[in-house]
Amino acid sequence: MACMRICPTQAIRVRGTKASLLKDRCIDCGECVRVCPNSAIVPQTSSFSDFSKFKYTVAIPSPVFYSQFGKDVSPSTILSALKKIGFNDAYDVACASEAVSIGIQEYLDSVGSPRPLISPFCPAIVRLIQIRYPNLLDHLIPIESPMEIAAREAKHQKMKELGLKDTEIGVIYLTPCPAKMLAIKHPPRKKHSFVDGTIAISEIYPSVLQALPGVSQNGEMPEVRGLGLGWPILGGQVASLKAEDCLAIGGLSEAVRIFEDIENGKLKDIQYVEVHSCPTSCVGGSLNVENSYIARGRVLRMVRKFGSKPCQDREKIRELYRKNFFSLPGKIPPVPLQPLDEDISKALQKLQQKQQMYEQLPKIDCGACGSPTCMAFAEDVILGNAHVDECVFIAVKNFEALSSSLVETIHRHSQKISNTRETLRP
Amino acid sequence: MVMPFSQSFTIEGRNFFNAGKASTEIKSLLKQLGIDAMIIRRVAIATYEAEMNVVMYAQQAVLTFEVTPEAIRIVVDDRGPGIPNIDLAMQEGYSTATAEMREMGFGAGMGLPNIKKNADELKIESAVGKGTKLQMTIFIN
Repeated sequence: MACMRICPTQAIRVRGTKASLLKDRCIDCGECVRVCPNSAIVPQTSSFSDFSKFKYTVAIPSPVFYSQFGKDVSPSTILSALKKIGFNDAYDVACASEAVSIGIQEYLDSVGSPRPLISPFCPAIVRLIQIRYPNLLDHLIPIESPMEIAAREAKHQKMKELGLKDTEIGVIYLTPCPAKMLAIKHPPRKKHSFVDGTIAISEIYPSVLQALPGVSQNGEMPEVRGLGLGWPILGGQVASLKAEDCLAIGGLSEAVRIFEDIENGKLKDIQYVEVHSCPTSCVGGSLNVENSYIARGRVLRMVRKFGSKPCQDREKIRELYRKNFFSLPGKIPPVPLQPLDEDISKALQKLQQKQQMYEQLPKIDCGACGSPTCMAFAEDVILGNAHVDECVFIAVKNFEALSSSLVETIHRHSQKISNTRETLRP
Repeated sequence: MVMPFSQSFTIEGRNFFNAGKASTEIKSLLKQLGIDAMIIRRVAIATYEAEMNVVMYAQQAVLTFEVTPEAIRIVVDDRGPGIPNIDLAMQEGYSTATAEMREMGFGAGMGLPNIKKNADELKIESAVGKGTKLQMTIFIN
């Protein structure tokens, strides 16, 4: 039941002893993965053997990965360790984050409205907007994610270097959350992602940890540096921008409050809102191993150590920006929830019925029926997906009514029997 | 004949904590009815502005929300100071907000003009010292 209660979009129902998912409501935030006491919810990542079809593999770890090891293990050492455990190469994403932050700044400086613009890099947030705030889709800044930029660059570079075909190079993203996997399988606005597969950080962590002692601390891989290293923590994006009047929001309930405000026409003086479904941003992803606050401390330490030296030439990136290096083609489509009925007259009727049904319920959101709230249960009943008796309070009331009428009937009949006996007595 | 759906909300003056709850709830109801997103946005902005006017200036109001297959109607009937000059209040930039309200980002004099811009029909009746009644309609088709 923990999963049903925590789900921010009320996408889970428990009927019988099994939890089931209402797919069109799920935003892949991973909260259910985090709280399931039986580890029954497992996201579908890939494993090493899936990549044997590629001639050449490149790992692109989310910069969160750098924060999962001891505080003195440098990012470049971690990239070396990835090569040691079997990837042909490993490519840093933090540097792409820095490039993307320059791209965001260019966009803010050149496009005047709408405001505030919203970061599109947390796929769970994008999905939340597609489902519940279609009005805000044009607030999502149309800039490609660091993950996609890094994957594209890695692929192109290797194709050139090795003379391989696109399909022969496998770019594998090491992901902190299930939402990123969704973004790769079903990119919201285009057909194809440059990433060919994902492995959960928690899955690859043990082998990298084991390989680390044998990896030399200096040398093999170029030093990872720049403000992109700060992107995995809350406020990391904002810190890498020049713009003032930016906000950083962590957690879905806070995100919902901000989106309601923006939809009501507020916050127009804010330039950019960085929003994450996880309260502590990407270091809090459900597929990480390290405690998110410890990981945050390590990220801050890395930023202090390597952040001040930029890894990108600002002018060069601005030039690339003008050549649409960061642009996303097409629009993100809305994926609105099914209304109660396609026909508005019928929908109105069902809404009335739902409110009436709700009035009969105990309104304590106990969840025993298998729906997360009494309101959700009322809707499930009206749409024919649950039976009203599944509410224990209603069932008890019905049973009481039934048993008292039964008692009454028995009483009446026994009366009749004794009366009949009286009259038939000779 | 389809019965209109209706629901009422009480809005308390000076209660900034609950400010915006009615418009949030109304948005959620309209989404369940499958109303077009652009229409929902107009309803949201108009309702929110009306709600904030009550929170900032009046003592209390009853907001009645009604939907038929053709239109969305919102009536906000408040007990409050009333508006002495409605034409003036309808002008963009005109505001009687206090310094504190402006400090909080309100009182730009866009409330009523914004409601007018987003509603298809708007009717305002006001009696100074008694209150104001705002009736707005947004058509669905």
